[in-house]
Amino acid sequence: MNTRRYIRERFFPHLWCPGCGHGIVMSALVGAVDSLGLSQNEVVVISGIGCSSRMPGYLDFHTMHTLHGRALAFATGVKMGRPDLTVIVPMGDGDAAAIGGNHLIHAARRNLDLTAVVLNNRIYGMTGGQSSPTTPEGDRSTTAPYGVLDPSFDLVELARGAGASFVARSTTYHAQETRELLAAAIAHQGFSLVEVLSQCPTYYGRKNQGGDAVAMMKTFKQITAPAGSQRAAQDPGLITRGILVQEPRTEYCAAYGELVRELSGHEE
Amino acid sequence: MPKETIFAQGNEAVVQGALYAGLDFYAGYPITPSTEIAEILAQRLPQAGGRFIQMEDELASLCAVIGASLTGLKAMTATSGPGFSLMQEALGYAVMAEVPCVVVNVQRGGPSTGMPTAVAQGDVMQARWGTHGDHAIIALTASNLADVFLMTVEAFNLAETYRTPVILLLDEVVGHMREKLVIPGPGEVEVVQRLRTSVPEGTDYHPYLAREDGRLPMSDFGGVHRFNVTGLVHDMWGFPSNDPAVAYGLLHHLVDKLENRAETLARYQDFFCDDAEVLLISYGSAARSALHLVEQRRARGMKIGLLELNTLWPFPAQTVRKYCRGRGHVLVVEMNRGQLHGEVQKAAEQPERVYLANRYDGVFISHKDIMQVLHVVLGKGV
Amino acid sequence: MESRSLKEELSVLIDVDWCKGCGICVAFCPKQALSLDEHGKARWTGPEDCVRCGLCQMRCPDLAIELR
Repeated sequence: MNTRRYIRERFFPHLWCPGCGHGIVMSALVGAVDSLGLSQNEVVVISGIGCSSRMPGYLDFHTMHTLHGRALAFATGVKMGRPDLTVIVPMGDGDAAAIGGNHLIHAARRNLDLTAVVLNNRIYGMTGGQSSPTTPEGDRSTTAPYGVLDPSFDLVELARGAGASFVARSTTYHAQETRELLAAAIAHQGFSLVEVLSQCPTYYGRKNQGGDAVAMMKTFKQITAPAGSQRAAQDPGLITRGILVQEPRTEYCAAYGELVRELSGHEE
Repeated sequence: MPKETIFAQGNEAVVQGALYAGLDFYAGYPITPSTEIAEILAQRLPQAGGRFIQMEDELASLCAVIGASLTGLKAMTATSGPGFSLMQEALGYAVMAEVPCVVVNVQRGGPSTGMPTAVAQGDVMQARWGTHGDHAIIALTASNLADVFLMTVEAFNLAETYRTPVILLLDEVVGHMREKLVIPGPGEVEVVQRLRTSVPEGTDYHPYLAREDGRLPMSDFGGVHRFNVTGLVHDMWGFPSNDPAVAYGLLHHLVDKLENRAETLARYQDFFCDDAEVLLISYGSAARSALHLVEQRRARGMKIGLLELNTLWPFPAQTVRKYCRGRGHVLVVEMNRGQLHGEVQKAAEQPERVYLANRYDGVFISHKDIMQVLHVVLGKGV
Repeated sequence: MESRSLKEELSVLIDVDWCKGCGICVAFCPKQALSLDEHGKARWTGPEDCVRCGLCQMRCPDLAIELR
């Protein structure tokens, strides 16, 4: 695959820190789009604010860098305006689960055909290492110097509970799997959410003795297991990977299009 | 030839005007006293092949409107008070990213939840400065249903012409009052369509490079030109920039494109102004009482006139200055603590002659309220 | 035989201007065919051991590696 076909080379090297996992997810996303044979003119990538949100600027699609947490709301308008386009929404964990939590659950409930990719590094990177709703209880950040007191969100369960019709999870260590899951999510007709655990060696790693990028990726390997695997069954403490929800459900634009056809039929 | 004459509510006149202007997409959230706009569009838009969606809040509504506009649709949202406060973040984005859209704010009593079912005009300054940072905005208003219809069409026209969000700043009385509305036939009122780029596929397209006439031709998402849209300071391709020269140029462009055209954008009507020694300046539903007073006093020989503003922002300072010139007294009539009064004072050559007749207790200002102030101003006692 | 022809066809190309030297490709290469040079940049130092699996490209956060 010619990755460079899909990127805006003039902005490279990108601004992400050395070892940041976000570039791996971006690479996987490009691979997923390529594997689906989509033309660049039929793909829209819409982000919010944060480290993850810089992704659209690097990608040669129709791109939009919007407001913190609100990317899914913008994406809803784009998708309803042009239901034929593929709309992909990369988000950070603070972006998706804190300031954008309301937009996330309603996008999942509505089942509009959007693909939300949550790059979960468990920290606010752009602002310098504050805790997010996915920072594990007890972990440290610049705003939790004595450790986080409140429990974290499980994004997969949050999306499942909100009614997402496709939910998957992987890590940057499992780059090939991430690419395949992203392709499946994009192909899915309805709202899909893919959580990708992504390392932030600069802030999360440093604050929590996580080691460098390599060490953090090795940890992703150790603390996760494929859903349905023997390892996962033996150790319930492991984070499951793979497709975790996949339920066909009526897509919002399809339902709306049907309504318009019915109403105009009545009028005739 | 008029298409149809109906007996309607102000909020319905907004819907009629929006559909006349070619509204394709509406996203909104229920809030008094604007809710009827959403309710009627929920019914009408799918019938007309348009798209309606109820979002999770007002902020999401304006975000969705911006997204839809970028795919080439004419898009609108409507709200009131607290909802307008929530929208400010997205409003700034639409200003910065130069996305045409229309935001209706049917004003109610504030601050905060205030008086949801009571009339007020307290959002005049919020319409101007509600979103952070230096910027310019267009805000239109109207006092009767015919004008609500026309100003709604105008809001879409100006949004498309100048690639900007346009605020239609109505109020509870105008939104809820009922009167006759004559809906113009097709072609009777000008409708501006989106200006799209003629740059062919494969040629570098600059979404943020103004033509000689100041207009910026657009390209729809999903079209042949791929570009970036951001709320960050950006270059002519839409990519973020930290270059001070780019930031300076962009801010100048965003402000100048509207402020330098303040008189072109000025929509106003005058009543009995030629020989008026007392000039009332008003807008929205307050202008109804002002006009009532003018007509009543004229019948008794008083030289009094009314300047009704339909464009509030950019403030038509030159026009207002001209109208104020040589008058004995100028009385600004509005339902707030003097938000436009200050602007008129700034514009007038003799600000000491500019007085304020207002109410801000949720009660509709009457011609008697204005007359009481006028008595004092004219030195005839309280 | 097949892997030999693949070896002849594909090279691991590294854009040193884009590489930030995180070492991910080096650490996870199953054949130790990559290493960091004196400037901390990734180098394809073991083409004869390389099986062209593409893991380095997939895991490179800088999009600096391409099998071509």
